[in-house]
Amino acid sequence: MVSKNGLTHGINLDALNRKQQAMDINNETICLETDALNLFYAEKQALSDISIRLPEKRVSAFIGPSGCGKSTLLRCFNRMNDLVDTCRIEGNILLSGENIHDKKIDVANLRRRVGMVFQKPNPFPKSIYENVAYGLRLQGVKNRRLIDERVEKSLKSAALWEEVKDRLHDSALGLSGGQQQRLVIARAIAIEPEVLLLDEPASALDPISTLKIEELIHELKNNYTIVIVTHNMQQAARVSDYTAFMYLGELIEFGDTDRIFTNPRKKQTEDYITGRYG
Amino acid sequence: MKQRNRGHHISQQFDAELEDVRNSVLAMGGLVEQQIIQAITALVEGDIKLAEMVIDNDMKVNSAEVAIDEECTHIIARRQPAASDLRLIIAVIKTITDLERIGDQAERIARMGQRLAEKERPKNQYGELRHIGELVAKMVHDTLDAFARMDAEAALEVARQDLVIDQEYDGVMRQALTFMMEDPRSITRMLDVMWTARAIERIGDHSKNICEYVIYLVKGKDVRHTGIGELAKEVKG
Repeated sequence: MVSKNGLTHGINLDALNRKQQAMDINNETICLETDALNLFYAEKQALSDISIRLPEKRVSAFIGPSGCGKSTLLRCFNRMNDLVDTCRIEGNILLSGENIHDKKIDVANLRRRVGMVFQKPNPFPKSIYENVAYGLRLQGVKNRRLIDERVEKSLKSAALWEEVKDRLHDSALGLSGGQQQRLVIARAIAIEPEVLLLDEPASALDPISTLKIEELIHELKNNYTIVIVTHNMQQAARVSDYTAFMYLGELIEFGDTDRIFTNPRKKQTEDYITGRYG
Repeated sequence: MKQRNRGHHISQQFDAELEDVRNSVLAMGGLVEQQIIQAITALVEGDIKLAEMVIDNDMKVNSAEVAIDEECTHIIARRQPAASDLRLIIAVIKTITDLERIGDQAERIARMGQRLAEKERPKNQYGELRHIGELVAKMVHDTLDAFARMDAEAALEVARQDLVIDQEYDGVMRQALTFMMEDPRSITRMLDVMWTARAIERIGDHSKNICEYVIYLVKGKDVRHTGIGELAKEVKG
């Protein structure tokens, strides 16, 4: 019925066929990888034996009930957990094949490569322009023109440029919550990271701002590997290519988002995403 | 029921809504089953009154389809069902389309019954149509049973019955051809018999479709257009 060029009765089915090629982790380049990762806060084990492979230039979402360890896992990827004194980690975390706990790794440089955006927008009490330029200045970039270019490019990528281009030197704190969150994302991508970690980036925003962030995530995945933690299952379903379900510190299931949301393999996943208990 | 054993939703209201939809499908199925039985009875016994009733009742089948469709739309809009809940809603939407078409075929059989009632009756009183009609009514009944119990294995067994109905249908057609060749005056009547047999055979096909939706609902795999071997593999595998 379907000819080689995807034409059936003059209707082009290419787009449909492309869509039907399910995401297959085995065909992906792996960007982030953990191997038998255990994490303890003092005596309490927060992550148990997590082995996960997150593909490059894709959106991976972590879902699960509160306290299941999804934020903890996210924070492992740029060693944010180093800041917690009682935190102890076993097992390896690889960024593009490189162990991020290796002695050669400079943590500041790692965090440049792996940017992070939090639930509450946290712009610096500076101008919009300075917020985005901050990371570059920190890196010692002095060239005014380069900074100008990068600020514009980042704000455009974060879909904020049109809204702020006439008031770049106003305080960032005057922006709305949704604009502030996009500014923070612009700040994160100004230093050209490889990975963006988003910890509930839209949970403090109204529905329209949320959609703008989601649209932005969709745009950004062309250039960045994105890992997002979200409480909003529908958001995970909308924005992600792969979904991981976590429960009580364990990775229960990880796979193609379409499959997880239509036909999960594990009962716990099914119960969680359909809103069941026991 | 297997579906129910998997635990309730945190939202009891959602549970109630899904339960309502399932029950409505079964009620619609019951109505359709009754339509088939009465249509065939009307035809075999030449009961014009009963045939008329079947034709009138098709309206009820049609409005059940519209009502259930609307309810499914509401659930999708308000609940954003996922996983097995989503598959249930999708299976329901498809199932009621086939049920409605089964209803149309029953109406068609009833109309044939009206026409045949005015013609000379054969010696066997349309025994062959009664036989294949009873087979297909049982098939629809078993299909609804498999749907109610969310039983993929039962659905597979019922899907297999479609092969028997297809064979019976071929038999009726051959027989009708023979009659027509022997006695050209029987041609008009035998054409109606053939149309009736065709309608019954179509009911079997729709019923098989519903069995495939049940397998999809339970197993999460779309088994349409794959053949009975593939169905069996999916159910057992």
